[in-house]
Amino acid sequence: MLERIYKAQQLMDAACKTLGRQINIMEVCGTHTVAIFRNGIRTTLPKAIKLLSGPGCPVCVTDQGYIDIVLDLAQRDDCIIATYGDMIRVPGSNGSLETKRSAADVRVMLSSTDALQLAKDNPDKTVVFVAVGFETTAPATAVVIKEAAEEKRENFCILSGHKLVVPAMRALLAEKNDKIDAFLCPGHVSVIIGYGAFNEIVNDFSRPCVVAGFEPMQIIEGLAEICRQLSQGKAELKSIYTAAVTEEGNTTAQQLIAECFEPADGCWRGLGRIKKSTLKLKDKFSRFDALKRFNITETPVEDTTGCRCGEVLCGLIDPPQCALFGSACVPETPVGPCMVSSEGACAAWFKYGRKKQR
Amino acid sequence: MCLAIPARIVELEGDRAVVDTMGNQFKAKTTLLPHTKLGDIVLVHAGFAIQVIEEEEAKKTWQLIAEIDEFSDTQNRVSG
Repeated sequence: MLERIYKAQQLMDAACKTLGRQINIMEVCGTHTVAIFRNGIRTTLPKAIKLLSGPGCPVCVTDQGYIDIVLDLAQRDDCIIATYGDMIRVPGSNGSLETKRSAADVRVMLSSTDALQLAKDNPDKTVVFVAVGFETTAPATAVVIKEAAEEKRENFCILSGHKLVVPAMRALLAEKNDKIDAFLCPGHVSVIIGYGAFNEIVNDFSRPCVVAGFEPMQIIEGLAEICRQLSQGKAELKSIYTAAVTEEGNTTAQQLIAECFEPADGCWRGLGRIKKSTLKLKDKFSRFDALKRFNITETPVEDTTGCRCGEVLCGLIDPPQCALFGSACVPETPVGPCMVSSEGACAAWFKYGRKKQR
Repeated sequence: MCLAIPARIVELEGDRAVVDTMGNQFKAKTTLLPHTKLGDIVLVHAGFAIQVIEEEEAKKTWQLIAEIDEFSDTQNRVSG
């Protein structure tokens, strides 16, 4: 173990020396963000290595317009809102699902199958499933959409907030932050999409992409592998999470996503509208689309709170650079989503020491 | 949110499974892993098994979770 840490350190030091400048490595996974902070990994790295927490937490990247639609639906007497617990405290323009709970029927689910069961148990209400998450979570939604269609379950629909990781990485590099030198790619998203999915980032943008798991040693060795490539002037695709990630991923899950959804343009907090970056239900399943069911048009919502989550998500600022951080915005009374989610960059900075981390 | 937890399949009927992680049992579906079988250790995310993994790998994660629980307990004792 010590030998492995020593080797990783050598690779990192070499990269710092060769490049002679700050090295910006972005993780695109909320679970990585938390693991990095919890294990104090930032404090062990050479000063020149800067870790950025990118758009890797589904709650954090969900834009205000989506939350507002959920809150509007929650006001209806004929609807039950079924949501993963992560979404419940995210503030919209006016309150959150938590603050609406006394007047609305909001249920926290651990799985999409529970949401469909809820519809079976409540035939006189329409269950709206708040379907957020990246490719890891989307197959679970696809399974229940197919089930609902087979059962002709008409009192069930979803509000798809599913997002795709790779288009967001492309948009980040192309439009928001070209200072990102490399990506530490998400572990469990890659279980589904396969590490091969990041090939286009390596080829089109010449950035090293390394898939790592969540143990501290995996993260450190992932960062070291990135440093090895950078100091040799290379950009390669590599997965060191060999225990769970294959090149092609889980093809059954991919087929289910492709059967139920199609890529569509969509809004991300901080990144704005990104081409073909969200998952929309295919026409044959459109009767399960809450937007169509309730005739809702998505309208962009301007965030007027002064929250800088958008810039945090692009790696342009660290959370403490936001004026609200730690004063108006704390985990108990969050203003922005990155403080709400336990996997958000702001919450991690707040919880694990604002001064000690870099 | 994209975290998946390793768990052993202890009951399996069609694609409906009961899985066990560190003594806690819960329901999960194996729809995304059609070839999985009883006794397999799988990564479970949002109620769905997404990948089969080796026991050794699962043990590492269970160990980590236990450490975090222990750490949280200590923190609670100190603060409470």
